[in-house]
Amino acid sequence: MAVVIGVAGLVALMLDVLIDGLPFLNWRFISSYSSYDPSRSGILGPLGGTLWIVALTALFTIPIGVGTAIYLEEFASKNKMNRLIELNIANLAGVPSVIYGLLGLAMFVQFLFGGSRNVTAGALTMTLLVLPIVVIASQEAIKAVPASYRDAAYAMGATRWQVVKSVVLPQAMPGIMSGIILALSRAIGESAPILIISSLVVVTFVPTSPDSAFTVLPLQIFTWIGHQNPEFRGIAAAAIIVLLAVLLTLNGAAIWIRSKYQSRPEQ
Amino acid sequence: MLTTTDLEPNQEQLNRLARRRRRQRNEQRIVTALLFSAAVVSILTTLGVVVLLISQSVGFFADVSIWNFFTGTNWAPHISPEHSGIMELVSGTLLVALIAGIVSLTLGLGAAIYLSEYAPERLRRVLKPILEVLAGIPTVVYGYFALTFVTPIFQGLFGSDQVSVFNALSAGIVMGLMIMPMVSTLSEDAMVAVPRSLRDAAYVLGATRFEVATKVVMPAALSGIVASFILALSRAIGETMIVKIAAGATPNLTLNPLESIQTMTAYIVQVSGGEAPQGSFEYKAIFAVGLLLFAMTLAMNVIGRWVVSRFRQQYE
Repeated sequence: MAVVIGVAGLVALMLDVLIDGLPFLNWRFISSYSSYDPSRSGILGPLGGTLWIVALTALFTIPIGVGTAIYLEEFASKNKMNRLIELNIANLAGVPSVIYGLLGLAMFVQFLFGGSRNVTAGALTMTLLVLPIVVIASQEAIKAVPASYRDAAYAMGATRWQVVKSVVLPQAMPGIMSGIILALSRAIGESAPILIISSLVVVTFVPTSPDSAFTVLPLQIFTWIGHQNPEFRGIAAAAIIVLLAVLLTLNGAAIWIRSKYQSRPEQ
Repeated sequence: MLTTTDLEPNQEQLNRLARRRRRQRNEQRIVTALLFSAAVVSILTTLGVVVLLISQSVGFFADVSIWNFFTGTNWAPHISPEHSGIMELVSGTLLVALIAGIVSLTLGLGAAIYLSEYAPERLRRVLKPILEVLAGIPTVVYGYFALTFVTPIFQGLFGSDQVSVFNALSAGIVMGLMIMPMVSTLSEDAMVAVPRSLRDAAYVLGATRFEVATKVVMPAALSGIVASFILALSRAIGETMIVKIAAGATPNLTLNPLESIQTMTAYIVQVSGGEAPQGSFEYKAIFAVGLLLFAMTLAMNVIGRWVVSRFRQQYE
């Protein structure tokens, strides 16, 4: 049946990548820079870039995303303006990632940084891209906190912010965390906007500051796949294994946090 | 002896209470303002996208009439503005999206029927997360899979003179695999929402499980299924890396899925990746393509969600 084809596709994909990539996967591959010689190439440069992107994206996304969700669920009255914000977020979630790339190119690279294609511009673009994921997940988590908890706190004279800070947020934290992890894993795997923003093919350094040029793991994979020398496909596959290992770990963590949270007895 | 004056709060206590209340009110005001400004970021993003795409496209449409843009069948803005008919890119985009749509609808719907009507609860709890892994795999990885695994299979089947290294079929099929979990999740939600009583009525009349699934549950959940299909198509139209890697970079007005084509998204990343200088005609062209892409996906998402919300009202 269809499920079998889906699972078979997944298995074929994994096997294809493993067979092509495993021979190239070793510590030297992780710890050296890319080179014109495939057998000496490594992923240190893009690995560093990915780390920068994730860290900066988390820094921007978490306050804005969780803040938006708290505002919409706890502070906003259900007026037209706030319904518009909610509708808008739902629509943003469906905007293709290349469009975010164009926005980042014009707004961050050219306008904000005067043409510098740096890692902060990449992270800001990723922030806009993954923001809807964090907002929607956090809203769901906040909605799931029983109203009786809030009422109890209000009855003791707490202000709205005190209720949010000391009652709602701690309760909603597992749901919010798993949303953040999913959003960051999306930011790690996404390459189309970074292809537009970074446009670097060979990076032989780890970014050292927020205005460094950079590449990321998926972009490096893309570059190697498109290389004229077919030997580069092998190291592309090896890099895919690393990327998938990171993402599956993160997704697993998100699912684990969510299931732990769900299995807690409802009060 | 306790006198009444002992129970009355003294002036200092009152002052302290008032100060605390004032501080809390100020804190509350600041927090509300901060949270509101966070929420405004999303509005600014949308405004940014719309203003940017339109303002950059205005320059493009000063050189190319909208009529030529939509009817022209030759896309080569790097040669001259006269060759700016987007039909080649649109046809490439729709061809891949259609293949992906068919694959994801067949697989996704099949999986949804199985999971909601046939699978025992324990198996379902194992299978669903496995299928959802498919949605979490980065698109470059699917591109690699299409190019190095699926395309060689088709070249073996039809001969490598018939099947281009870059072709719409591999990209479409692999994209369908990627979107399948989205279709199956949305369709399954729709099927689970079909009331038990409808199924029971059919069983009482002697219907088999298959008849119940195809003749009762599916029609009742039709709007949810249609919505999932529309949303899947919108995802396929906006997808970039799979088509960039596996479908080629040849604008091509064709219905033959074995040929190399180029999609709107692939064109945008190809040009914006560096070679076209800011302000050049080609640079403006990617924003015009982006505007059309944005309009198409937005329209499909709005329609898709509208169908979903209409469907929800029917059974609740």
